[in-house]
Amino acid sequence: MSPAHVTSFRPVIVGAGPAGVRAAETLVAAGLRPLVIDEAARWGGQIYRQPPEGFQRTKRALYGFEAGKADALHRAMADILPGVDYRPRSLVWNIEAGALDVTCNGGSEGGRSETVPFSHLILAPGATDRVLPFPGWTTPGVFTLGGSQVALKFQGCAVGSRVLFLGTGPLLYLVAYQYAKAGAEVAGVLDTAGFADQARAVPGMLRDPATFAKGLYYVGWLRARGVPIHSGVRPVRVEGDGRVEALVWQRNGREERTACDALAFGLGLRPETQLADLAGCRFRFDAMDRAWVPERTPAGRTSVPGVYVAGDGAGIAGADAAEMAGERAALALLEDIGRPFDAARVAHLEQRLAAAARFRRALTGAFPFPADWAASVPDDTPVCRCEEVTAGTLRQAARVGEAPEINRLKALTRVGMGRCQGRMCGAAATELLAQALGTGPDGVGRLRGQPPIKPLPFSAGIRDEEKAS
Amino acid sequence: MIARLDMERLQTDVAIVGGGIVGGSAALFLTRMGFSVALLERDWCGAKASGVNYGGVRRQGRPPEQLPLSQRAHALWGRLPELIGIEGEYVRSGHLKLARSEADLASLVAYNKKVAEFGLGLEIVAGADFRARYPVLGDRAVGGSLCPEDGHANPRIVSPAFARAAARLGAVVREQTPVDHVERTGDGFLLRCTHVGGNSLEVRARVLLNCSGAWSGRLAESFGEPVPLSSAHPCMAVTEPIARFLDVNIGVEGGGVYGRQVERGNVVIGGGRGFALDADRARPARNAVLTLMGEAVDLFPELRHAHVIRTWTGVEGYTPDRNPIIGPSATTPGLFHAFGFSGAGFQIGPAVGEALAELVRDGRSSAPLDAFRITRFAGVDQAPGIPAPAGH
Repeated sequence: MSPAHVTSFRPVIVGAGPAGVRAAETLVAAGLRPLVIDEAARWGGQIYRQPPEGFQRTKRALYGFEAGKADALHRAMADILPGVDYRPRSLVWNIEAGALDVTCNGGSEGGRSETVPFSHLILAPGATDRVLPFPGWTTPGVFTLGGSQVALKFQGCAVGSRVLFLGTGPLLYLVAYQYAKAGAEVAGVLDTAGFADQARAVPGMLRDPATFAKGLYYVGWLRARGVPIHSGVRPVRVEGDGRVEALVWQRNGREERTACDALAFGLGLRPETQLADLAGCRFRFDAMDRAWVPERTPAGRTSVPGVYVAGDGAGIAGADAAEMAGERAALALLEDIGRPFDAARVAHLEQRLAAAARFRRALTGAFPFPADWAASVPDDTPVCRCEEVTAGTLRQAARVGEAPEINRLKALTRVGMGRCQGRMCGAAATELLAQALGTGPDGVGRLRGQPPIKPLPFSAGIRDEEKAS
Repeated sequence: MIARLDMERLQTDVAIVGGGIVGGSAALFLTRMGFSVALLERDWCGAKASGVNYGGVRRQGRPPEQLPLSQRAHALWGRLPELIGIEGEYVRSGHLKLARSEADLASLVAYNKKVAEFGLGLEIVAGADFRARYPVLGDRAVGGSLCPEDGHANPRIVSPAFARAAARLGAVVREQTPVDHVERTGDGFLLRCTHVGGNSLEVRARVLLNCSGAWSGRLAESFGEPVPLSSAHPCMAVTEPIARFLDVNIGVEGGGVYGRQVERGNVVIGGGRGFALDADRARPARNAVLTLMGEAVDLFPELRHAHVIRTWTGVEGYTPDRNPIIGPSATTPGLFHAFGFSGAGFQIGPAVGEALAELVRDGRSSAPLDAFRITRFAGVDQAPGIPAPAGH
């Protein structure tokens, strides 16, 4: 091991979504040349994911109300491309001693690994769907909400011809709307949040009337087209042998069945925090995200000097907030290296970020986490699909007192040891363990990050002939 | 005067510091002999090197002085479910040590002769016979030495199970309980501990066992016998499950990569070193991971299309001669040490625990321990640098 010593100034941004692009734009405007590393083939992140080049659908069709924002972000990056070093299809799989390890070619086969030193690092890795298992959730035809949206935006395909939407959060209604607009039949929208939750949250959500109005518009639009929308729903089981045929669900103790050939579900988002962990950042538990997130100042500074976080990867706040947070983190970087920066702009951004945080609190109230899930999921439901670990196995380990903590639970049961390394199953395992121990998700510790943060192909390895050269 | 409610006091025959496979098995055998035991573990039992090692259950390649203990351990591994209540994914897959040159093959032949008296059942396989029996290895080795009854197991579940089995028989096992202070008293030892939850524990014991792995040096030193122990961090990685191609645990003569494939198809590989994050934690080093991956795919082209899904390492104590320290203290009656296994403690661990129990009961062990006495390092006052990887 030879620690990579950075001898010169080298700012690196990981992620080219709303936060990463705005951070890059801000640094370029200040005369710097950042390296931008992104997993996707084209910039935009998940929310403004671009279709492959030559794709015919319009931005209006792809992004709906958000077309203007998507277009602005795409143009912003296109405009600064000559001023940045841009590495698409590249996976940062490790951070060690002031350098990133990056495989090109999207981390897929054939990609080499390269060690990239940084002097300053802005992490904007985004988020994934938060998934809580229920009986039948591994049946082919069950997708995450975000995955369903990516299929539509990136590949122009729907996950099924009659799609049922389940879960909670703004994305639930948005994706259902996008599917209906794209011509798919929407079998229904089943919200785990109750009507009362949403009514209570209205005053808070009116802090951002435009966003609130959009939400109302999606609901109204779907209802007007006869799409059944139910609140206070709990899934019972997926029916179908080898492919989803229906979802049985219940509300107020009454079971109903909705036929569908695909189910899209998600319960909000969870931040991607592994890189901040490998960078050595201190973490704190965030009650709203029900997850550990890197400690950060309003400017996006972490506990590690020179490492900044922005966007949903630093705690879920949505795309608009991510754009502001990316810019704010870049301004902090400029301040930290003694460059001039716009203090009025800083004050403005922090004010708007604080408002976004207040709106986010209201949203969390409107779409609350279904806290009863952990107690209700049957023992035989798989939680970790890679390692085939069931809810019952996790409960058993907790019950006999062997696993009072999440890393111990992983060691003893294999939960989170598979391909996803807990990125998908970690939230569910945490909730189950906490419930079994009679504590909250903050009381069971945090899964330790280990490289590689995503599966690393053997082609990344150093071969004898290379060592010789 | 009312006693403080959060102070617990225990009086036992034996106090054991360290709940790895050595401390855990010592607790198990002592409890079976009828001793009262308190096992104190700073982390979780079997969570350090005992639980995160490669999982090789291997006698082949050990120096002759370890083989009597290793043979006893082999018998104990054969009774694993009876001892600890689980199978622990233990399989006697065979351990094949590869020779990648004629010189390496000659060295394997020499080893076979040297250890013939111990009855490991080693078999040299070479030439056409080797290629016929191990077509998967192609011409990447000229031959190898097979130990048919060696194998592998899952250390994450085997190692904690020893302490758990001891607890079932009545041993007091305290996890998350670091020992803050140890002293020799008139008739034994006094240990003061603080549970991470804040409660205090005081243990008085006639006998003290130092089984705290890479952290054992401190305790030994506090009794006036410093040991040149250094920490190192063997680097391991595992793939997603892939089609079964490897039914034997593979090592390479002269060191380098080692690999095994578990029942469900994941391939576990090891080689190279990690680096310390602090005194307690380590992480695989990037160059070690990438080199390990390159060497592994050269040895097993079946990995060409696979991915490494997880890497890890642990903190292991190494001695200058790569032999452990097992036996009585030279300074303090009633104190016994067992540490410094130098990357090869998993297989031998259960027999070390049994030998410690015999030492406590009889004052002597039925397996020879002379080579492992702590006094052999007298005068060696400097810990060596990071040692080279041991052969597997």
